[in-house]
Amino acid sequence: MSDRLLDARLVVDRGVFRLDVPLRVAPGEVVALLGPNGAGKTTALRALAGLHPLTDGHVTLDDVDLDRPATGGWVPTEHRSIGVVFQDYLLFPHLSALDNVAFGPRRHGVERRAARATAREWLGRVGLDAQAQRRPRQLSGGQAQRVALARALAVAPSLLLLDEPLAALDARTRLDTRAELHRHLSAHAGATVLVTHDPLDALALADRLVIVEGGRVVQEGDGPSVTARPRTDYVARLVGLNLYRGRADGHGVRVSPELTLTVADRLDGEAFVAFRPAAVALHPARPEGSPRNTWAGTVAGVQRHGDNVRVQLDGPIGVAADVTPAAAAQLRLIPGQQVWVAVKATETHAYPATG
Amino acid sequence: MPAALLIPAGLGLLFLVLPLAGLLIRAPWTTLPERLTEPGALTALRLSVQTATLATALCLLLGVPLAWVLARVEFPGRRLVRALVTVPLVLPPVVGGVALLLVFGRRGLLGGWLDSTFGVTLPFTTTGVVLAEAFVAMPFLVIAVEGALRAADHRFEEAAATLGASRWTTFTHVTLPLVAPGLAAGAVLCWARALGEFGATITFAGNYPGRTQTMPLAVYLALETDLESAIVLSLVLLVVSVGILVALRDRWMTTA
Repeated sequence: MSDRLLDARLVVDRGVFRLDVPLRVAPGEVVALLGPNGAGKTTALRALAGLHPLTDGHVTLDDVDLDRPATGGWVPTEHRSIGVVFQDYLLFPHLSALDNVAFGPRRHGVERRAARATAREWLGRVGLDAQAQRRPRQLSGGQAQRVALARALAVAPSLLLLDEPLAALDARTRLDTRAELHRHLSAHAGATVLVTHDPLDALALADRLVIVEGGRVVQEGDGPSVTARPRTDYVARLVGLNLYRGRADGHGVRVSPELTLTVADRLDGEAFVAFRPAAVALHPARPEGSPRNTWAGTVAGVQRHGDNVRVQLDGPIGVAADVTPAAAAQLRLIPGQQVWVAVKATETHAYPATG
Repeated sequence: MPAALLIPAGLGLLFLVLPLAGLLIRAPWTTLPERLTEPGALTALRLSVQTATLATALCLLLGVPLAWVLARVEFPGRRLVRALVTVPLVLPPVVGGVALLLVFGRRGLLGGWLDSTFGVTLPFTTTGVVLAEAFVAMPFLVIAVEGALRAADHRFEEAAATLGASRWTTFTHVTLPLVAPGLAAGAVLCWARALGEFGATITFAGNYPGRTQTMPLAVYLALETDLESAIVLSLVLLVVSVGILVALRDRWMTTA
C-alpha cells in the first residue's frame, strides 16, 4: 500500500465559483476540510463520492482513477469503495436500523443472512444492539448519527467521507458523539475525509486540517501548527487570535503605514504577527515605560465574551481585546471613545508569511 | 357569519347530498338481496372489478415509469409531455373512445395491423374495456406518483448509490418504498376512475352483457327497463366509492 491511499486534485467549475483543492490522504489518516459556508467543502466531498463530476484534476483511490476528465476515466458512485455519512444522515425511513446498515453489504453481493450478521455486529460496535429493529424516526439524533456511521463503515470502504457529521446534534449529544466518533475514525484502516465548519470538531477528530476558503486551500497542517500560526483572518478568528500581515525587519513588523509592532521573535521579510485578545491591555492615558506596543484606538463595539468583555477597536489596525467587566466599567467603554491600546512584545508571536 | 354566504353554502351542500339521499330512500330495501344476486348484476359487477383491476395494473406498469421520467429526467419538451399526459383528464371520455376507435379499431391506424398480423381485435372486447378504462384513468396515477416522486428527497437515491446500489436497485429498494403512500393513493384513485368509466367504454367497447357491459353501462341500460335494478346497481357503486373515500382519508390523505 502506498503512503497515500487517496490522491486527488479536485477541480470543479460552477459558473463564477471555481474549486481547486489538492488532497492526499494516507491509510488510516483523518483529514478535515475546514472552511466557512460556501467555501466549496461539500462540493469537494460530492466530487470524491462521484455525486458531482470533476471539471479537471483527478481522484485516484488505491491507484485506480475514479475520475480523471483529461482521460475520460470515470467510476460511478455505486462502484467506488466509499462510505458516506451525510449531514442529515439520510437513513432510509422505510427500513429498520438493522436493514439500513445491511443495505450496503447486500448491494455488495453479500447474502441476506450474512449481511444482517455484519449489520448486527456494526450496530453492536456503535452501541445500538437494542435499537436494531427501530425505524429511523424512532431514533434520537445521536443514535441516528451512529447508525449512519455504521451503515457507511459496514461496506469496509477504502475512503470514508463525512459531511458535517456532528452539525445536526445538540450541544450535549455532540460532546459524547464526538468522542465516540473519534474512536471509530481512529479504528478505520482506510482514508477518512471529513468536512466541517466547526474548528473544534476538526481539531478533535482529524490528524490534519486542510483549510479551504473560496474554493482554495489557504492553510494546511496538523492542529497545533494551524492554531499557533494562522495564515488567514478566517483561521485567526476560528482560533480566537488577532492576526496581522506586514513586513518584518529584525524585531519590528510594520503592519500598517502608521504602526510597527515590536515582536519577541526575530525575522525579516513578509511576516504574520498573532496575539491573543487577552494579551491586549486598554488604558485611559498613554502608558509609560515597559517594552510595549502602544497606539490610540477607538472603541467600535463592546460584547460579553464568556466571563470577560470583548472590545472591538478601530485605529491603525483593528483589534479585539478581552478585559474584565471591572476594567470595562472603570474605563467606561462606549463606542466612539478613545483609549490607549497596549500589547507586550513577549505576548506576540511572529512567523514568516512565506512557506 | 353573513347569511349571504351561509345560505348558498347550505344550498350547495343540499344539492350534493340530496340526490344521494334520494338513491337511499328509493332503494328497494326488501328485495335488495335477490336483486343483488341476480345473474345480470353479478356478472356486471364481476366484469367491472376485473377490468378496473386489470386497467389499474396496466396503468401501474406504464404509468409509474412515465411518472419517474417526468419527475427525474431533464429533457427538452418535458412540460409538453406532462401536458399531453393530463389531456385524458379533461377530455370528454366519449371523445377518448372515438380516438381509441380511430387507432385500435378494425380499420384504425394500429388496429388493422394488429388484426392482420396477430389476429388481435380490440374494440368491442373485454380487452377493449380495459384499454378504454386505462386511457381515462392513467393520468390520475401518473400525476399522483409524479407528485410523490418530486416530494421525495432524491438524496436518498444518492445515499443508496454510495452504498453500492445500481440505478435499478435504487429504484426498486429505495425510490418505490419512499413513494409507496403516493403510489397507493394514485392506484386507488385510478381504480375508482376505471370502475366508474362510462363514455370511453361504451364508445370503444360497446355494451355486450358479460363481455363489455360494466356496472355503469348496466345502470344506464337498466334505467330504461327496470328502475329498481338501476337503483340497486347504483347503490353498489355508491358504496364502493364511499368505501374508497374513507380508506383514502384514513390512510393517506391525512398523513400526506
